[in-house]
Amino acid sequence: MAKPDDILTPTRKGLYCPPGDFFIDPVSAVDRAVVTHGHADHARAGHGAVLATTETIAIMAARYGGGFTASRQPAAYGETTRINGVDVTLIPAGHVLGSAQVVVERAGKRLIASGDYKRRRDPTCAPFEAMPCDVFITEATFGLPVFRHPDDRGEIGKLLTSVRRFPERAHLVGAYALGKAQRIIRLIREAGYDEAIYIHGAMQKLCDLYRDFGVDLGPLAPATLSDGAGAKNDFAGRIVIGPPSAFADKWARRFPDPVPCFASGWMRVRARAKQRGAELPLILSDHADWDELTETVRDMEPRELWITHGREDALMRWATLAGVKARPLSLVGYEDEND
Amino acid sequence: MKDFAALLERLVLTPSRNAKIRLLAEYFAATPDPDRGYALAAITRDLDIRSVKPAMLRSLVHERIDAELFEISYDYVGDLAETISLIWPARPGPNRPPALGEVIETLNAAARADGPRLMAGWLDAMDAGERWALIKLVTGGLRIGVSARLAKTALAEFGGAPVTDIEEMWHALAIPYTELFAWLEGRGEKPDATSPGYFRPVMLACPLEEKDLDALDLCAVAIEWKWDGIRVQATSEAGVRRLYSRNGDDIGAAFPDVIEALDFEGVIDGELLVYDPDATPFAVRPFSELQKRLNRKSVDRKLLQSCPAFVRAYDALSLDGEDLRASPFSERRRRLEVFASRRPLARIDLSPTLDFEDKDALAAARAAPPDDAIEGVMLKRLASSYVPGRPKGEWWKWKREPFLIDAVLMYAQRGHGKRSSFYSDYTFGVWTDEGALTPVGKAYFGFTDEELKRIDKFVRENTTDRFGPVRQVVAEPGDGLVFEVAFEGLNASPRHKSGVAMRFPRINRIRWDKPPGEADRLEALKRLLQG
Repeated sequence: MAKPDDILTPTRKGLYCPPGDFFIDPVSAVDRAVVTHGHADHARAGHGAVLATTETIAIMAARYGGGFTASRQPAAYGETTRINGVDVTLIPAGHVLGSAQVVVERAGKRLIASGDYKRRRDPTCAPFEAMPCDVFITEATFGLPVFRHPDDRGEIGKLLTSVRRFPERAHLVGAYALGKAQRIIRLIREAGYDEAIYIHGAMQKLCDLYRDFGVDLGPLAPATLSDGAGAKNDFAGRIVIGPPSAFADKWARRFPDPVPCFASGWMRVRARAKQRGAELPLILSDHADWDELTETVRDMEPRELWITHGREDALMRWATLAGVKARPLSLVGYEDEND
Repeated sequence: MKDFAALLERLVLTPSRNAKIRLLAEYFAATPDPDRGYALAAITRDLDIRSVKPAMLRSLVHERIDAELFEISYDYVGDLAETISLIWPARPGPNRPPALGEVIETLNAAARADGPRLMAGWLDAMDAGERWALIKLVTGGLRIGVSARLAKTALAEFGGAPVTDIEEMWHALAIPYTELFAWLEGRGEKPDATSPGYFRPVMLACPLEEKDLDALDLCAVAIEWKWDGIRVQATSEAGVRRLYSRNGDDIGAAFPDVIEALDFEGVIDGELLVYDPDATPFAVRPFSELQKRLNRKSVDRKLLQSCPAFVRAYDALSLDGEDLRASPFSERRRRLEVFASRRPLARIDLSPTLDFEDKDALAAARAAPPDDAIEGVMLKRLASSYVPGRPKGEWWKWKREPFLIDAVLMYAQRGHGKRSSFYSDYTFGVWTDEGALTPVGKAYFGFTDEELKRIDKFVRENTTDRFGPVRQVVAEPGDGLVFEVAFEGLNASPRHKSGVAMRFPRINRIRWDKPPGEADRLEALKRLLQG
């Protein structure tokens, strides 16, 4: 009888499957990679072969160019691929467009690596799918009981109220370029706002890609100045979305008296919001919050819980109290500031 | 409570004064009585609420959350109120979050033993933002960067009324201010401000500029020393005695020695100072001594004896029931002198008026005043009536030049707020006889954003050691950074290693050009102390 550790094991390059000879989300170049989703710390260029969802393959190609891997192996959700006698199936993780959990099966054992995931509704990607398993490998980005993300609609409501309240100011929303940005745009549309939303140049490609996959983002326009004096006021009363890194940049100076908003699960903690200079923090996360993490463990009913990147100590404590057998994996190389 | 919580959240994160005023004015417009009045009182810190101890909240949390999970979380969040508000488990089922006024009225009417049960019930019914606001409110930690003055300015904006009217009536109003809001919304009479002992908004001076001095006719102004205390209004009307700061805060409780002496009928404008109880002749002590008595709710006998306070009067706004504010300064001054000569009061004396031959003599006196407790001169037009605010061309203050020294940057610490990623708090030192640097002060302003970036870069590139958030930087005779530091005065201080403490130090110039070896020496500073 195979032990779970023989099927998946943490290495410095990432989670490795010795019998299948492949890595899940390797942080440096390997011969064969299974990639859960398109965020840069999980999906790197230069692997020999990449198995991922069609959407993730498209995202990687858009970000790194067509030559990001020698061999692309797109798979649909639920489709099983056999790699050296190991069955690999991708099922939805609900994190961003194309995000998947990796179901690894061999000799009657089922291990599921979640990658990053969330449980709440996201109009831009397929919802998380729960499946019983022997080992569930969970992320723990927001693995503290203080992280309980509020309802998305309330957060979008805060933004739209503020836009109405300060019609002479531009609202600058800092959001990660893949996933978060498109989700916010979609949520803003669902709240009934149908004016043009202005986007930073770095987001154009990914927004186009989301549209190609059928996500309706409504009218988008580049956040560039038209020529001439007074052009700054073009953005008064507008919503502008850009990557958080652009805020410290000259880019942000083109807007009239901007209201800095950051969309992130970290905005739950006021000190973090203040530190980022957020005047309007939007608590919107693509990661599971504490309740989602613990609920998911209950839903998956794993014999063992393995905890990867994030705040594993609190989740370990919870597992002990809940009688769940758990261990931290201490994988390195994944950033948790990208939410 | 939901709107109040949202308001606080927004105020905490909004740096702009105008935006804060807008947020407050909109809240007043959108929120019904009595909640908006209670919110106003909470913000101006006039609210009297039965306080709740943090230890009680902790024990409530421990009944609900594993202690280890709580500690891991508190360690990450760093603020008790916020940790509790975030970690508190939602209670399923129908919950009705209470209104702000309901919380305050219920808590104040309840027995202390009922506190935990009430708090737990409310926390169950609220969301995280409301819980945070509730905990901040009941633990008395409502630090949201809004002064009472700013809140009153927002009221003025909301109601289209002069802010001085609101300040004037403030102490005659009762929480939750329904009468005030009715007036501001045009639904009611202007509240009667003239209950005995009400605060009169103060008249302030403009800084004297060179062109003002040129145009000045010395015969048309009264000149006084500018005393280095705090501006107060000492009021005694129909048995009501009050001591107000210039913002209208009643600070009387901390100054019973002054209150006791207000044995007259009138309103006196003057400077609050402390004197040396052991000195003859009478000697005023420097600001650092007065500071021991400020920002206290009460005062003990020892301090009353070692730091006795008094008011040095320079204006009379009302005497014997007669409002003098419309009279010219010369008339008010005459009345004040008659008042002071009629019957000497223990803790009130008169700030003398000064005569100078010409402007050169005035300038010389202002540059070298005869007392440590003087920080310059005041010039008041004899014809000026008492107008609240800072009217132009009536009163001027002409402060002594600041002292300047060259000091060497020794340590830098990260700032807060929008400067949180920059090393913006600096400790600087001067050379001792032994050739070592000794820290003499700390400053965190006086430079532009561009200069800050450059200093920050210097700190990062020249760090020699780290102690938590503090970086030690290179500071040797041939290598380091020199600041020209301006300060208002120097006090002997046994608490500081150098033996001196600066008043109001700030960076005047950054001497990128100057080698640290040429910075000032401690003995030069100590000479200032003796002079």
